[in-house]
Formats: sequence, structure tokens, C-alpha cells
Amino acid sequence: MSETLLKVDHLKVHFPMRATHLFGGQGAPVRAVDGVSLDLKAGETLGIVGESGCGKTTLGRAILRLIEPTDGRVLWMGQDLLGLGAGHLREARRHMQIIFQDPLASLDPRMSVETIIGKPLRIFHPELSRKQVRERVLETMQQVGLAPSMANRFPHEFSGGQCQRIGIARAIILKPKLIVCDEPVSALDVSIQAQIINLLMQIQRDLGLSLLFISHNLAVVRHISHRVMVLYLGKVMEIADRDDLYARPLHPYTEALISAVPIADPRTERGRERLLLEGDLPSPINPPSGCRFQSRCPRATEICGQAEPPLVGYGKNHLAACHHIQVQD
Amino acid sequence: MNAGMAAPLLAVDGLTVRFKLPQGWVTAVDKVAFSIQPGEIVGIVGESGSGKSQILLSIMGLLASNGRASGSVRFRGNEILNRPADELDGIRGSTLSMIFQDPMTSLNPYMRVSQQLTEVLTTHQGMSETQAFNTATAMLDRVRIPDARRRIGLYPHEFSGGMRQRVMIAMALLCRPALLLADEPTTALDVTVQAQILELIAELGRDLGTSVAIVTHDLGVIARLCDRVIVLYGGRIMEEGKVDDIFHDTRHPYTGGLLAATPRLDAATHGELVTIPGQPRAAMGDLPGCPFAPRCALKADICTAEMPPIVTGPSGHRLACHLREVRS
Ligand SMILES: Nc1ncnc2c1ncn2[C@@H]1O[C@H](COP(=O)(O)OP(=O)(O)OP(=O)(O)O)[C@@H](O)[C@H]1O
Ligand SMILES: [Mg+2]
Repeated sequence: MSETLLKVDHLKVHFPMRATHLFGGQGAPVRAVDGVSLDLKAGETLGIVGESGCGKTTLGRAILRLIEPTDGRVLWMGQDLLGLGAGHLREARRHMQIIFQDPLASLDPRMSVETIIGKPLRIFHPELSRKQVRERVLETMQQVGLAPSMANRFPHEFSGGQCQRIGIARAIILKPKLIVCDEPVSALDVSIQAQIINLLMQIQRDLGLSLLFISHNLAVVRHISHRVMVLYLGKVMEIADRDDLYARPLHPYTEALISAVPIADPRTERGRERLLLEGDLPSPINPPSGCRFQSRCPRATEICGQAEPPLVGYGKNHLAACHHIQVQD
Repeated sequence: MNAGMAAPLLAVDGLTVRFKLPQGWVTAVDKVAFSIQPGEIVGIVGESGSGKSQILLSIMGLLASNGRASGSVRFRGNEILNRPADELDGIRGSTLSMIFQDPMTSLNPYMRVSQQLTEVLTTHQGMSETQAFNTATAMLDRVRIPDARRRIGLYPHEFSGGMRQRVMIAMALLCRPALLLADEPTTALDVTVQAQILELIAELGRDLGTSVAIVTHDLGVIARLCDRVIVLYGGRIMEEGKVDDIFHDTRHPYTGGLLAATPRLDAATHGELVTIPGQPRAAMGDLPGCPFAPRCALKADICTAEMPPIVTGPSGHRLACHLREVRS
């Protein structure tokens, strides 16, 4: 786990606002992702957490250039993806796959499972015979826990968990180096969620994959990630090694997020101190000035409304953006 | 059932919900019995399709048109299951209220919040317009909507998601119901907003003495909020008891499986999560045996042959399992 596979540098995705009847004219853009930097090593899982509107999905897609970034750089094994023409981009993309939140919606209902899973292989390896493709498909189905006898069935005949396995099979058939997982277990029942998490972790070990694991579920992210990044309204609030982040959150937003997650243990729950935030998430169209978290932050003072706090390092691999970080010891 | 307890506020017995489909009838809820005491917060937990929502909807008389409920639901001793609509209207909204995952299920998008809230009070409580307006504003204050006097004049879509959820809760509580039925009220919310709403529900239970039955698939929500929990699988109650007993002295293999499969913020993170093999079971035709048997690690021959009866222990713990002992 040493070679840096992916380096994202001050990435911005701003969506132009269409004029509405309420606010005539061209409004200010939505700054969905507003200067995010990260790096990812081979074999590493970086968890990305945050609440609705924080830019998680947009970030994941912009990295793959499924959405065109407004500014910044995405370096894939040293090569700037944003400058690539269609041909080279396509070549780079075979190493980068994505799986989605809604397993059924992400699969073409008119295609058989075999066709769906084999499609990337047919695109990138036109030299393979039908028989060879079929062999690889059946092998991959087995790898993700799908009975090869199901190869001729259609997506609607499968449960949510099985559809997610089909999505994973499609994502790994080219043996990619990176998979962006966008809320891959959020639509699944607890018992099925656990099956899919185990599967992703096992595949990662077997194939030496890197994962960008996007989720609003802090417990799931903690389970699967090596490092975790916390986003709020398009900005990185904190990023750290997993255990460090959960045991010693420096940013008040991280602290509040962790404290908000109910733990399935009534005794623990009774003894927990709770840091309740006021109000709802502000709209990303019109984020608060200065620090974006300021309007809900228990530590906010005057400076927070005036100046945006930079991301500052606190110890090994631990960065946070807040004017009021109290570092113990 | 729970000997020595006060008369229950709600007593459900032999509740069965069936739906008519082109290929025949399917059972979604199968002979479910439980009760709720005054002031209690009871959780109903189970995976998708286990029948959680249908239990609440049948109590409220809101089943889909192809659904039929049988059995008994007594509210303060009076039978309310399958009562005529006009009779139910009187109970709903005044002593029994329900909130939903999507607040727009109960809010009218074309009406100002003020009008929707005051209407409840003028029709159910015979209040004057002014009285109703003041009571409604006070209730919005109560659920911590900032600047309630001004906001009450807005339309539902002008509120954020969390605020809309609060408006719905305010509306459900306006007539001071004795029992609030809540179907996944925080599932669609962000976790920091969920924490606020759970706190609010707990507080309302404490302050107004409202009993709450809350449906969720999140064991964390149960642990944070509830006194008692009912674990449902395939339309049947698998286990029921005080939260501490169910979480710390788990008897049913399904409850144990659910707990083990849930990643916890405070647990070790090494290695694999324990999983329950197979798929959750949805509404079904009538089969003998325990609905969980096909996924149960302990399964014995009897489990697929006979549905285990639900046994009540002296502590009030209830368990439906051939292979495990009820808590004494
Ligand atoms: N109108 C209907 N017609 C036929 N079947 C129905 C109907 N409504 C519900 N069902 C079935 O009843 C069963 C129980 O549904 P219910 O909505 O109570 O599940 P739930 O536990 O609330 O699940 P979820 O967690 O997904 O909300 C399901 O199998 C569902 O498909
Ligand atoms: Mg439901």
C-alpha cells in the first residue's frame, strides 16, 4: 500500500443555476464540490461521509469525469485526466469503475445478467470469443456469490442484494484498480448490507483494489475504510486515518456526526453524551459566509463568519478545517 | 399477558393482514399480538417486507383497498379494528395519530400550514379560529420550529426536510393524542436531523405522556428511544421484551443475527461482519413452520414443520422459537 494511484487537487464542480420564476436571471452557481483535494494509494479504501447536499456523489462522479469538473486536477497514476481526449479517457476508465446506490435502477432491464456483466469485457476486449466472454462472466458471478445458473435471467427477477452483486460483478470483470462505491449498501436491509460489505472487502483483498467508499452511514464507513474524509457543503472539514478520526475527531462537525449516530446498545446509549446541532443543513446554493459550518456550529465565534478556515495538519495524516480546534496533550 | 400491569392503552390480538393479488391471497401480518401501556415507547423492528407498516396502517384503518385485517385491536378497551370510517375519523386525529416517513403523506401541498393545523383543532376540538391559531403556533414552538409565528403562514414546500417532519409531528400532536404511531419517521433524514427528531419524540413522550409505537429497521434508533421492542420477521413476532433484555440477553437467533450484522460505531472493526444467509422473506402464501427457518443457523426438523408458539416468561419476555428458552 504505497504507490499513489489517484491524486485529486483542488477539485471544483460548480453547477450553473437556471433562472427560476422566483429569482429571475442567472443566479450564483451551486458549489457542489468546492476545492476538494485527496489522494488514494493502491489497495486503500478512503471513506467519504457527509449529509445530503455535501457533494459526495458529485465528487465521486467528477473524479471519473462522469461529470465535468469546473476546476482543479485529477491525476490518475500521474496522468491528468481532465486534459485527456475521449480516446485516452476511455482507455484510463477501464481501470476505474463505479457502483451505485440503487442496484436495480443501475441495470438495463432488457439485458440478461450475462449480457450486463459481460458488456465491459466485450467493449474493451473485442478479440475475445463469445465462449471466452461467457467463461469470464460465469467465473466472476461465482466470485461475487451469484449462482452461474442465473446467468440467463433478467434484473427484475433478482432481489436488491443480488442486483448489487450483479453491479459488483460488472465492475470487477475488467480487473480495475479503483472502484467508486456510491452508497452501495444504503438501499439494502441490514442482513444483506453485511453480506455486500463483506464481499467488497474480500474482493478488495483478492484484487488489491482501491475503493472510494461514499456513504452517509458512519458505522459502515468506519468498518470498511482505512482513511475517512468528512465533507460539508462541498468542502473538506476533516480527513484522517480511520481510528484517529472516530476516536479523536477534531472538527466540531465530525464530532456532532459521530454523536448523532445511534448505537445498537441501550446501555451505551443511556450513558452517551450527545452533541445536538441546531437547525437543518443550509442549502448549498447559498452557503454561510466564512466557515460553511458556522451557522450550526456550537463553537462559532465572530471570526468564523469572516474567514474561511484552511485545512491544517494536526499530527500524522490528520487534517481539519476549523478556527477553534482544541488539541489536547 | 403482562400480569400485574395497568390496563393497556392499546391491545392487539390475533392481528392478521392479508392482501388479495391476482394469484390469490398473501399474508403480510400473521396473528400478531402485543400491547402498549400508557406512557410507553415501543419499537417495532424488522427488515423490509416484514409487515411493520401494515400493522400500523391496519390499526389506523388505512389499509390499501386490496387488504383485509382480522383479529382484534382494542384502544382503551374499545374494539377499533375495521370500524366504519366516520367512527374512525373521530378516533384518528384526536386520540390516535400517525406520522410517516414522508411528511407529504399527511400534509397538503396546496394549503398553508396554518390552515392545515387550525382545521384539525376547529373540527376535532371545536376551538375558535383564534384559539386554534394560538394553539397551533404554540405547538410549532414546542417542536422547535424557529420563528413559528411567521412560519406558520408558509406552505409545506417552503420548509426544509427536517422542518417539514417537525410540522407533521406538530400536526399529529395537536389534539394531544394518547398514542402516536410513527412509521420510520427519521429514515429519510440526515443523521444530525434524525438525532434532533428522536430527541423531540422522547421529550414529547416524557412531557405529554404520549405513548409511542415507532417502526424502524434501525436497531440503534430502538436502543436510543424505546422502552420495549418487538422483533418482527415474515409477518410474525419472533421476540418481544424490554430493550435491555433483548439487546443484552438476546434469545432469538434472528434478533442475534440482526445485532451481529449491524456495524457499530463503538465495536472493534476487524474482520468480517456476521451475516444472515439468504434473503428476507416478503408476504407469502401460508406455509407451516417458522418463517425464519430457511435462514436460521440453528434450524432443526421441527422448525420447518411447525410454527413455534409464542411463549411468555415471568419477566414479560416473549419468544417464538423451538430451540431457545424464554427468559425467566
Ligand atoms: N397493497 C398491497 N398488496 C399486496 N401486498 C402488499 C400490499 N401492501 C403491502 N403488501 C405486502 O405486505 C408485506 C408487508 O409490507 P409492509 O409494508 O408492512 O412491510 P414493512 O415491514 O413496513 O417494510 P419496509 O421496511 O420496506 O417499509 C410486504 O410483503 C408487502 O409486499
Ligand atoms: Mg414500511
